[in-house]
Amino acid sequence: MEFFQRKRRNILPGFGLSMGYTVFYLSAIVIVPLSMIFFNTIPMGWEPFLHAVTAPRVLASYRLSFSTALFAAVFDAIVGLLTAWVLVRYRFPGKQFLDALVDLPFALPTAVAGICFATLYSPVGWLGQTLIKYNIEIINSPTGIVVALIFIGFPFVVRTIQPVLEEVEHEIEEAAQCLGATRWQTFRKILLPHLFPALLTGSTLAFARGIGEYGSVIFIAGNLPMKTEIAPLMIMSKLDQFDYAGASAVALVLLLISFSMLLLLNAVQEWQQKEYR
Amino acid sequence: MGIELQNITKKFTGYTALDNISLNVASGELVALLGPSGCGKTTLLRIIAGLELPDSGKIILENKDTTNLPPRKKNVGFVFQHYALFRRLTVFENVAFGLKVLPFRERPSRSAIQDRVEHLLKLVQMDWAIKRYPSQLSGGQRQRVALARALAVNPKVLLLDEPFSALDAKVRQELRRWLRKLHDEIHVTSIFVTHDQEEALELADRIVVINKGRIEQQGTPQEVYDHPVNAFVYNFLGNVNVFHGRIKNGKVSLGAYHLDAPDELKNTEEKPSQTFVRPHEIGISRIRSNETDLAGTIREVRIMGGQIGLNLSCEGFEHAIDAEIPRELYLNLQLAKGEKVFVSLNRVRVFTGDYEI
Repeated sequence: MEFFQRKRRNILPGFGLSMGYTVFYLSAIVIVPLSMIFFNTIPMGWEPFLHAVTAPRVLASYRLSFSTALFAAVFDAIVGLLTAWVLVRYRFPGKQFLDALVDLPFALPTAVAGICFATLYSPVGWLGQTLIKYNIEIINSPTGIVVALIFIGFPFVVRTIQPVLEEVEHEIEEAAQCLGATRWQTFRKILLPHLFPALLTGSTLAFARGIGEYGSVIFIAGNLPMKTEIAPLMIMSKLDQFDYAGASAVALVLLLISFSMLLLLNAVQEWQQKEYR
Repeated sequence: MGIELQNITKKFTGYTALDNISLNVASGELVALLGPSGCGKTTLLRIIAGLELPDSGKIILENKDTTNLPPRKKNVGFVFQHYALFRRLTVFENVAFGLKVLPFRERPSRSAIQDRVEHLLKLVQMDWAIKRYPSQLSGGQRQRVALARALAVNPKVLLLDEPFSALDAKVRQELRRWLRKLHDEIHVTSIFVTHDQEEALELADRIVVINKGRIEQQGTPQEVYDHPVNAFVYNFLGNVNVFHGRIKNGKVSLGAYHLDAPDELKNTEEKPSQTFVRPHEIGISRIRSNETDLAGTIREVRIMGGQIGLNLSCEGFEHAIDAEIPRELYLNLQLAKGEKVFVSLNRVRVFTGDYEI
């Protein structure tokens, strides 16, 4: 069986050449650097490796990283969809400005974001002093981490949904209305399935970004052992103690989990797309 | 009465799309709204469906004022020019959509929905595609599915917005005949919008000619075609030759050529006139049979299938004349480019006024 079949003539020539480039660059940029983690871990041996990655503090950090990233991604999916909707469907003064604001989390050094959050939510900060009266603690809590990750992941969702939403023909909604559908039914049965793949892509990106996020989180999380230490922080602190092998071990597990989750989500999308094409 | 429109007016910024339109459509009638693009016919259809609100006027569907109802409460079937099928849903789910969104109490049972969808798809001859997705169907097939979907909710009226204009000529003609047959079977009050006069003439019980937001004329295809009330209608309902001239003393003068003015214009004062002749109503022969016949030369021959188009220039007549004759006549007379023939202008219509094409 031939794996790399060419289906039809393409305007860009040379499948061999372009595939070669793709593989080469992916190797140079992604695979080779990341494989260093793998090779750094090997000399450790199995026992110390297991010991390093199953330490209670490390396990707690994995749990925290994945759960906060997931919460943030889900939240981003909802709010991002809403924002994209407003930006695509309405015309209002200041729209350009709002549109530009969306990208800001991309551009801002994440540490700056972290410092902003820490100031805003600290017990003497603008929001922090109000929230503390209701016993809501943002700083030094997983909630704070989620807040930071929502900020970081938000543009991914908006920017993936926007183009898809722009393409939706208005007639589709009109057709649904003429057939007796309420606004909610039109949204849930027609629009949402249409937007779902983009929504999934966007929140996957936000999720993946959230797992790896370091800069903004450490300022707000307080980094309490077993409570608010994220996985990237565990790696950093191991490096600080010159435990390179341990750091690689933690990183390797983080890498494997992230990669398999991304793979899974891609597979879901593929399956989603297949039928209608 | 199926549909009653009373004094509908709709203005968009800068122009009036509909100017005080009143129109009645009897139950079970199939009416064509015919007009050039931008004349307001689609806006009128969308207003009936509730997709647009009129600035003033009333829409009464089956004796119920529905002017301010939202589309979903109007119970109107709408077929869009570009099908507007739900592409994430199968053909079955598309057709079932209108039934599945009904409030729980009114919703038919699962098996009843199944039966109804199958019945409708059979009606539009698409039952073989029940499990397909719209992307797997051709344009004509999609429009059939769209029609079945619109019919699923038992609409009081069916509105079709240029339903065949996105299809190629052959499919268009086929679907047109098929829709006429379908309408004869199910008798749902229908209005369709078109800019294609052939489509309107062939399909409709009644044609409403619209121009610049106003109704120019309405009547059966025969009436409208044979007795157009003004130059616009005459011109819009088919190919025409237009000769600009003057009317004076009961005669219409077209340069050096004169012909008798029609009775109703015999006694008018001198004014500009337009004389219309349809290409297929021009007589071509090798011998002069009447003294008013023009002597002409064939400048151009166009083969158009069963008909042959001739472009003629005639002595003492300043305008070029387009004629269409049956292929058989063309062969019998052994015509060709450059040949001399005699031309008679039969069934001439004369209008006065400043109408421009």
